[in-house]
Amino acid sequence: MSTPVTNRYEFVLFFDVTNGNPNGDPDAGNMPRLDPETNQGLVSDVALKRKVRNYVALASGNRIYMTEGSTLNLHHDEAWKAVMPEVTKADEKKKLPKEEAKARALTQWMCANFWDIRTFGAVMSTGVNAGQVRGPVQFSFARSVEPILPLEVSITRMAATTEADAEAKGGRTMGRKHIVPYGLYRAHGYVSAPLASHPSKGTGFSEDDLELLWQALDQMFDHDRSAARGEMATRKLILFRHDSALGNARAQSLFDRVSVERIYQGQPYVIGSEGTGNLPPARHWSDYRVSIDRADLPQGVEIIER
Amino acid sequence: MGIRLHVWGERACFTRPELKVERVSYDVITPSAARGILEAIHWKPAIRWHVDRIHVLRPIRFQSFRRNEVGAKISARNAASAMERGTTQGLGLAVDENRQQRATLALIDVAYVIEAHFTLTDRAGPEDSAAKHISMFNRRAEQGQCFHRPCLGTREFAADFALVPEGGALPVCELASDKRDQDFGWMLHDIDFDHGNTSRFYRAMMRDGVIDVNACLAEGSAR
Repeated sequence: MSTPVTNRYEFVLFFDVTNGNPNGDPDAGNMPRLDPETNQGLVSDVALKRKVRNYVALASGNRIYMTEGSTLNLHHDEAWKAVMPEVTKADEKKKLPKEEAKARALTQWMCANFWDIRTFGAVMSTGVNAGQVRGPVQFSFARSVEPILPLEVSITRMAATTEADAEAKGGRTMGRKHIVPYGLYRAHGYVSAPLASHPSKGTGFSEDDLELLWQALDQMFDHDRSAARGEMATRKLILFRHDSALGNARAQSLFDRVSVERIYQGQPYVIGSEGTGNLPPARHWSDYRVSIDRADLPQGVEIIER
Repeated sequence: MGIRLHVWGERACFTRPELKVERVSYDVITPSAARGILEAIHWKPAIRWHVDRIHVLRPIRFQSFRRNEVGAKISARNAASAMERGTTQGLGLAVDENRQQRATLALIDVAYVIEAHFTLTDRAGPEDSAAKHISMFNRRAEQGQCFHRPCLGTREFAADFALVPEGGALPVCELASDKRDQDFGWMLHDIDFDHGNTSRFYRAMMRDGVIDVNACLAEGSAR
């Protein structure tokens, strides 16, 4: 495994959805999540983390603790046996019976073995209090750049579930789908390097893991196709790399450097400004323009576009 | 020596311990959460932060959302036996089988000023002076540096922060004039780690947009 990450990062992720539901709201009959005050669409942090985990499980040999559906393939275990055959009972004898040392060994073993624990952290506290691990990577809610208009689409199925249904409804049932015709979403994230590299608190989240995270953010929607999602795609990933572990600039001032404009007939419009309400609704990535202000970049901060 | 830190964010959830399954936030940040924010920027075992005053800068508003969450914790016992076996097989957690849908009633659009000071603990060595720690904190807060990204109650609600320099003006309080005096009732003050992690509560009163934590504590606290 490569060395733990020692640079702080912030990142801005732009992804869009076409005719799909990026994240259903269980409180609203699975309608796309909405901010009721602004009508902007939302995608929860956990929805994004789920996709990252799924991608990592699919694309690498890393194990994921919080798995979806069936647990990962058995042949991964072969690899583990090869990598760490020493962890056997002999070690157990050497281990101090002291609870704290035991707990720390446990946590570190879990971090070493599971990508998602290393990355996002985990709560491990039953019986022995192994406490909890905070991972270096933190997501916040994604929010659509402009208000979205969720549509309810009724669909029919040419079959019924039960016999009674079949008789009553002539063998047909109706269902509904919720879609967002188009939405461009912006998510912010953080990588706190000390939580990766700190000698006692660090999870060992490595440069390779980080590379895999960026790859996951870039490609996760390509491997998450379903009837509900429609077409989703990562459009832009902007990283702010700090020279130091603690960072070289305020996060918010870096996020403010990334702005989005509406484009109509080649003309840029400030989002939400007077008159933009009269524009036809955005339906494609090309209806927006993302720009990055690179002027007077604070020292020790590098902008990386991926 | 005291510091003043301006913190703000789009959302926040300072979960009430009595309503934590379907999380309901307190109306305002708890001293405990405020301490956590300070510790995210600078902390050493040699110091302990004490929150003195909390300025509430924005109207108190809530929003609800529901998420699919996992209802299980990682079992340390399973992990230990897996360590012994030397394989991670069967250690994963199938989230679909441990589903819980939980609502969160979170605060939206919050901003506070945290006034705090620290004291040196008995773990302070000869090289630990108050001046050293205060300048470390100030330097980090000024430059936007942090050990890990501070959050407003839960990690998905990241906090932005800025130092209010000594002698600098406080940000404007946007509370309506009739909302500046409020009794928030009994709120969590902090967890007492010296006495078996017991919770300490205090009666949080806001006077002219400011919760004076010490004055409230002086009127009584409960465990």
